[in-house]
Amino acid sequence: MTSDQSASTRPSSLRSLRIENLVKEYVPGKPILRNISFKAEGKCSVAIIGPSGTGKSTLIRCVNKLIPPTSGTVFVSDENITRLHGSELRKARRKIGMVFQEFNLVERLSVMENVLCGRLGYIAPWRAWLRKYPGEEVDRAFELLDSIGLLDFARQRADSLSGGQRQRVGIARAIIQEPHVLLADEPTSSLDPKTSVEIMELLVALSEERSIPLIINIHDVELAKRFTTRVIGLSKGGIVYDGPPADLSNENLKEIYGGTDWLQ
Amino acid sequence: MSSKQKHTWERFTFSERMARFTVFLGFAVALAVSLRTVEVIPEFLYDAPTQVADLLTRMWPMDLGYYREGIHEAMVETLHIASLGTLLAVVMAIPVGIMGANNIIQIPLLNWLAKLILVSSRSVNSLVWALLFVAIFGPGALAGTVCIGFRSVGFVGKLFAEALEEADPGPIEALTAAGAPWPSIFLKGYWPQVAPAFWGIFLFRWDINVRESAVIGLVGAGGIGMVLDTALNLFYWDRVSVILLSIFTVVILAELLVTNIRKRII
Repeated sequence: MTSDQSASTRPSSLRSLRIENLVKEYVPGKPILRNISFKAEGKCSVAIIGPSGTGKSTLIRCVNKLIPPTSGTVFVSDENITRLHGSELRKARRKIGMVFQEFNLVERLSVMENVLCGRLGYIAPWRAWLRKYPGEEVDRAFELLDSIGLLDFARQRADSLSGGQRQRVGIARAIIQEPHVLLADEPTSSLDPKTSVEIMELLVALSEERSIPLIINIHDVELAKRFTTRVIGLSKGGIVYDGPPADLSNENLKEIYGGTDWLQ
Repeated sequence: MSSKQKHTWERFTFSERMARFTVFLGFAVALAVSLRTVEVIPEFLYDAPTQVADLLTRMWPMDLGYYREGIHEAMVETLHIASLGTLLAVVMAIPVGIMGANNIIQIPLLNWLAKLILVSSRSVNSLVWALLFVAIFGPGALAGTVCIGFRSVGFVGKLFAEALEEADPGPIEALTAAGAPWPSIFLKGYWPQVAPAFWGIFLFRWDINVRESAVIGLVGAGGIGMVLDTALNLFYWDRVSVILLSIFTVVILAELLVTNIRKRII
């Protein structure tokens, strides 16, 4: 699989993520991810569930090469990410939005500037330094903040916000990249149950509104079933379930997490 | 009571007690040996209070008028040496600090080179740096400024590198994932995190440099130290006392200023 556009898939205008035979070994001979393949396209939200340490975070970071995969290929809207390096990789990363468990905002910058950080891949460093962001990007940032209900907080420092508000800023930062795929790494794990639901609603709504495929690492199975259109179950580094949340049975969950006591 | 006691407890085990005893013994021996090397001459030691009293009478009354004649200009020069020297140090310390931070530059050779530069700057005393630059530039403020700069690089660079190493990697990961180029990641990811520490280090070093630049004049590197040196050599003790008082006042004022600004920025 070296060709950029493989013949089996027609080039489509839909935004998409395609992972083929992805393997990651931190220690040679001990793969943490074994032969992962799946595709997500257009309006869809995919939950990746699985026990801690099974490689969910590694999988999501192999997509934008924050962690380089050992073998296999990742395509974002039919562009092969895996073979890119240096500034080409940097440019490709602009098409991949990412939301984090700990929000990863720059605490001492304002909410506005944190959102605009999502555009740093597009603007020259000297403009960022002098805070001369292009007018239309500032407009778009204000619209986004308005749509997530944080317009009044634009000038506040990020460290003055609550957890839920910070995650909203994190989501706005990823969305302003106009990504072709949105990756969320345990976006609700640091939040209370009510805020978690709100954040899931926001992620799914934004992904559907803009037709951005959404990939969410999540350990809360109920949240996953409630909000996503597809569930991928990982166990011991391999995919053991891939289908609609409604078909996810206790048998499947037992296979994913092991044991039965926790299933009521 | 004691016959029914089930447990015994002691703060140290036997071997720990022996180790502590050995350390104490070592200190005692070191003290005894060094006292022999110092060779205290008893006559001079007994004479010391008389000498101090004599010195104080020579210093009093102070020649306060000398401040305007000879001290003021030199004191301003001292402050200039301290400020310019600190600026010079910061300009040199930023790249060296970045090079020394092993989370930013992941090339051990460069980290090591940066550490070498920082250590050599700190391990040479400011008077030695001053002698060196007086030999290169001749006596005066230029030698003093460069001396203060080179002496401070190690301090500023080391603390700056440590602040960078302690920066939260989360925001850096986020900006990398957004495809930001390296300078932007530094400006928007690292810099906001280390800025308070950076300005704190800068001010603290300026404060130290005001004190150091008062001394380096003794070897000809400009400023108040040169005036002090002259007064000492000519036995103008009433002038010496005014000079010492001026240095003391300026140092206290600098310290107050720095403490106040630091409170506001951190």
